[in-house]
Amino acid sequence: MPIADSDVKWVTAPKIGLMEQLYLPAIFEGLQTTVRHTAKTLFGDGAVTQQYPEVEPKLPPNYRGVHRLNRDEQGRVKCVACYMCSTACPAHCIDIVAAPSPWPDREKYPETFVIDELRCIYCGMCEQACPVDAIELTTLYDLTGLSREELMFDKEKLLSVFDETVKAGTDPIRTRAGRLSVASELPVDVGLTNSSSAQS
Amino acid sequence: MGTSLELGFNFWITLLFIALMMGVLQGTCAYLILAERKISAWAQDRLGPNRVGPWGLLQPIADGIKFLLKEDIIPDHVDKLFYLLAPCIAVSTALLAFAVVPFGPTTPPPVLLDYRQVPPQAVWPQTVEEEKAVLEADREHAKRTNDKTYEEKLKEYNDTIQFVIAPHVNIGIVFNFAVGSLAVYGVLLGGWSSNDKYSMLGGLRSSAQLISYEIPMGLSVLGVLAVTGSLNLETIIDYQVKHGWNVFYQPLAALLFITSVFAECNRLPFDLPEAEQELVGGYHTEYSAMKFALFFLGEYTHMITTSFLIAILFFGGWHFPGTNALSGVGGILVKLIVIAAKMVLFIIFFMLIRWTLPRFRFDQLMGLTWKVLLPLALVNIVCVIIIKQFHLSEWLLLPLSLGTLFLVAGLALYMPRQRPRAPIRLAAHVASGPPAVLQDHEIID
Ligand code: SF4
Ligand code: SF4
Repeated sequence: MPIADSDVKWVTAPKIGLMEQLYLPAIFEGLQTTVRHTAKTLFGDGAVTQQYPEVEPKLPPNYRGVHRLNRDEQGRVKCVACYMCSTACPAHCIDIVAAPSPWPDREKYPETFVIDELRCIYCGMCEQACPVDAIELTTLYDLTGLSREELMFDKEKLLSVFDETVKAGTDPIRTRAGRLSVASELPVDVGLTNSSSAQS
Repeated sequence: MGTSLELGFNFWITLLFIALMMGVLQGTCAYLILAERKISAWAQDRLGPNRVGPWGLLQPIADGIKFLLKEDIIPDHVDKLFYLLAPCIAVSTALLAFAVVPFGPTTPPPVLLDYRQVPPQAVWPQTVEEEKAVLEADREHAKRTNDKTYEEKLKEYNDTIQFVIAPHVNIGIVFNFAVGSLAVYGVLLGGWSSNDKYSMLGGLRSSAQLISYEIPMGLSVLGVLAVTGSLNLETIIDYQVKHGWNVFYQPLAALLFITSVFAECNRLPFDLPEAEQELVGGYHTEYSAMKFALFFLGEYTHMITTSFLIAILFFGGWHFPGTNALSGVGGILVKLIVIAAKMVLFIIFFMLIRWTLPRFRFDQLMGLTWKVLLPLALVNIVCVIIIKQFHLSEWLLLPLSLGTLFLVAGLALYMPRQRPRAPIRLAAHVASGPPAVLQDHEIID
């Protein structure tokens, strides 16, 4: 099939003059660039290198690092144990055991909530799946441990990550920590019944 | 040979120099690698190695220890003898070539003249009788003119410390080229005996490249030798001390020499034998630990030697305006620093060029030496010969040199160019057909 004329742009190579043919001026021009960069890095602060252990990188707030489990305004775990995250998780690394909620505003809560941080691929699907913004990925990136068990983060650990990041002011920008979100805010008089959630 | 003319070199001083220079060379090589890494980093807006010691200054030592302690793997499929021989050749030729290169102040060795002939000519007596006769004539001449005899001059020469491992080597530069270019065997054997395709390709490329670039390199030096009238590097420096640096007379030769040196040292833009992006590692792909380090050592020693050679042949060696009159230890120190500074400058230039020019394609590489450097070098020699033959002023060489360069560049403008192939092939598929500019080219479908 011929190429359409509208897709073709004809260009001719620029004519080479005596200076270009000599090569040397072009080489000097190139050397200038090299020397400029060298001098800038050497004498100025042109280097882009980050001195990692001494200087911590400034990560964007939408960085996907270690998870946290958010608390609501009363300090309780926000999670309603809906299993959405563990269903969405492509790495199958979220393990939840649900139990009847001790609080009146929800049906269930997670009795245990364990994320295997070593199996996780930090894709952020759990965060997107969660209907109540209970799980979030933070900007913590330097995750180390001496054993595999150490990196199975349980509910307490995940909640403590929340406390830490809130204290450090490094909240992720994606979701709002604090109150439970819309999905959990059902009218009080309707109650938490199956029929009402089916209607909505 | 007769006893009187024996090259009475001082055994202990020579031994000391050899030991000293071996150490200094290896240390310099190690730190050149650090310099290379640092300059590479700076040119790319990075900081480079800075963890071992202040500013990374202990990095070469750490590298050395790593190379020594690493497991020395010899793959099963290699030709063991040549595989082991290759790095040895690479290093030993590079070190041997350094033997005749002055690295500090030197004086030119005396020349034995045969005063029985008119005009007297330099001779190198072949028999004891001839030598006796020549020396006799020399003594008589000395008595007549109240000059020192050759033997006295030789003694004086031997008694002053010459900063060169092997002083009084009359074939100096030829020896250097001959031994230095043996390094290609190291590369070739390494590539061939490794018995794998990448190494083989690296070795092949390097043999073609090194042999081709040897020619313009030798030819560009011929001009200097013709003007100086000696192959001895000490004498070449002495000539420049008296007449001014060769680069002012023969800038074209200097340019050709420097370009060829880049190719000889496998430096970018001519680093095809070890093009990492294409050949994994080139000829040293299969080498590890100390054997790999030896290749590196050879390469960097080669770089040091050739940088010294550039300084000596074209930039006056240890000479710098004003330092000539200095004598004593201070003078020696200043001259040592001058020649070392020139060497370091050229090496830094090598490294900066590395981050300036992209690698040549193989046909461009060969085209550059056979179609550009070689003719230019020949023209340069012809110019020098004309000047020498008709006893014209050597300053005429400067305009001749530069004129040649511009003339050739100008001529190249009118040379028929290779036709662009890909666009023409594509043009056949365009609906309205190729435009008029391409119409007279043959269209390949
Ligand atoms: S980030 Fe991805 S892999 Fe990790 S727990 Fe969440 S959904 Fe699973
Ligand atoms: S999706 Fe949210 S609410 Fe549901 S189980 Fe996971 S963390 Fe809890």
